[in-house]
Amino acid sequence: MIDILISGLLLSGTYALVAMGLNLQYGVARIMNLANGEVLVLGALAAFWLYTTSQVSPLLTVILVIPVSFTGNWIIYRFLLTPLVKRSKTQGALEVDSILATFGLSFIIIGIIVSIEGGFFAYKYLSEPIRILGSTTSLNRLLAFLVAALIGVALYLWLNFSRPGVAVRAVAVSTEASGLVGINVPRVSAIAFALGGTITAVGGALISTFITLDASMGVVFTLKALIIVIMGGVGEIRGSIIAAGILGVVETGVATLVDPGLTLASAYLIFVLILLFRPQGLFGKHTT
Amino acid sequence: MKRSNWQELIWAAVITILAAFWPMLANGYWLGIGVDVMMYVALATSWVLFSGPTHYISLASAAFFGVGGFIVGTGMSDYGTSFWSMLALSAVVGAILAALIGLATLRLSGVYFVIFTLGLAEMIRNLVSWVQNNFLGSRGLYVLTDFSDEHLFWMLLVTSCSIYLVGWIISRSRLGFAMRIIGGNETVARHVGINTSMAKVILFTTTGLFGAIVGAIIAPRWSYIEPNQVFSPQLSFFVVIMALLGGSGRLWGPVVGVIPFLLIWNWVDANFPNQSILVLGLAFLLIVYALPNGFVGRIEDLHNKMKRHS
Repeated sequence: MIDILISGLLLSGTYALVAMGLNLQYGVARIMNLANGEVLVLGALAAFWLYTTSQVSPLLTVILVIPVSFTGNWIIYRFLLTPLVKRSKTQGALEVDSILATFGLSFIIIGIIVSIEGGFFAYKYLSEPIRILGSTTSLNRLLAFLVAALIGVALYLWLNFSRPGVAVRAVAVSTEASGLVGINVPRVSAIAFALGGTITAVGGALISTFITLDASMGVVFTLKALIIVIMGGVGEIRGSIIAAGILGVVETGVATLVDPGLTLASAYLIFVLILLFRPQGLFGKHTT
Repeated sequence: MKRSNWQELIWAAVITILAAFWPMLANGYWLGIGVDVMMYVALATSWVLFSGPTHYISLASAAFFGVGGFIVGTGMSDYGTSFWSMLALSAVVGAILAALIGLATLRLSGVYFVIFTLGLAEMIRNLVSWVQNNFLGSRGLYVLTDFSDEHLFWMLLVTSCSIYLVGWIISRSRLGFAMRIIGGNETVARHVGINTSMAKVILFTTTGLFGAIVGAIIAPRWSYIEPNQVFSPQLSFFVVIMALLGGSGRLWGPVVGVIPFLLIWNWVDANFPNQSILVLGLAFLLIVYALPNGFVGRIEDLHNKMKRHS
């Protein structure tokens, strides 16, 4: 029982990070990004590729990934998604367009990944066992959790106690009103989108140290991140963290007690319960 | 009752009769393509039935399709039932599944629905594999019938026509009128007293029903069925691309999208198998940026322009 709790919570650290990334993209930039999981897999590919070809530590890769993915995601937002934002008359139309466009993007990214590495991203990094509270886990899981927590806290502080962070939160509340008080909404949206993508890619590099990924696995992560965001409430960072904890523990529980093949089904079960009883999320305000 | 409505129906009938002769003209490879085309025409038309007026992107086609194929497989292989009774059963199960999904997600905004359908086929595949491994003990299922490709082609043609007819009847009914208002502005629809979620659930149920029927009809073609094969998520993406490429504003739009996309896809897949997924991505981007209303939208634009000039 304690095993499930500990490995579930360790797993949820990276889940929470990825969900925060998606939350920035959907909550602030208003883009439902279905290519989120593929960006995560790209981060994982970078960690795998640098480690196997030139023995670069995944921790160093995390730092290298930041500028690259920030620029990449900024370009995507600026040139691929801004035309859609300008064209759409309603939020609904933008949602349909952004879903289709990021969907296309996800397949293109998969195509690129497959041409670099078609198989599994399998490598061993810090896979020594360690004991926490009498339960055995591996060092890489703990490390990934700590790094994720560090980034999460930094993001939280930045959003709450810095001027640009407040601007980002203002845009999340209302694009019109923040435009009126002199916030450059397109700029803030682009930054939020790029930042969200960067966090996701970092999460991918971290996850790759303890889960073996391949090109086709992005969609599962997109789905989990979306479920976490909805469960926690759109735009709620704290909600995402708690929701990620719930998902991580439930998934690990189902995988160890019932069958590892049913993790996705357990995520769906949580999703259905949320949709039926609290569609605004555990911590969301009632708006829908 | 507008005259153009009847005109459209007559055109549909003429095309159907012409299409029915295809198995006599073609055999082997081209008959196989014909079956593929008919299968996607049926799936994409039933997709448009729901997603056309509501603008909700459904990625559930593979789930319904898989359920249909799987029920036929299980019934005929493990319980020795007839194909026709399983076909009827899969229609019922597909409809119930769609109704349940609809009741859970369609009361809320469209995003929840898209997300829910995104992993649905994969989730059902996991569940089915789990049940098979732990309780049924067999993984592969045999579907042995004396249907050949031309029989499947005609059955799918009949299915496509039924979907079209159902759509045609709905569009002229109270439900169709309600859907057009919902598509225009959902808040307005709710204020004039339309039960919007119920209307959407009913429409989605028909999509699920037909999706399962198509899956059931295709099952004999494989003769050996595995969950990994019938619940392929790629099918859902294909259906969305073909329907949008043709144009989801008209019920006959998908027919225009299916044929060119399938031909291009087969060519790319045969010549550049590693790049085929890129084509899928590019097709989505093409739809969003260049053809927001599909081929049909383009044709109608040109038609209107010519009318104004003359």
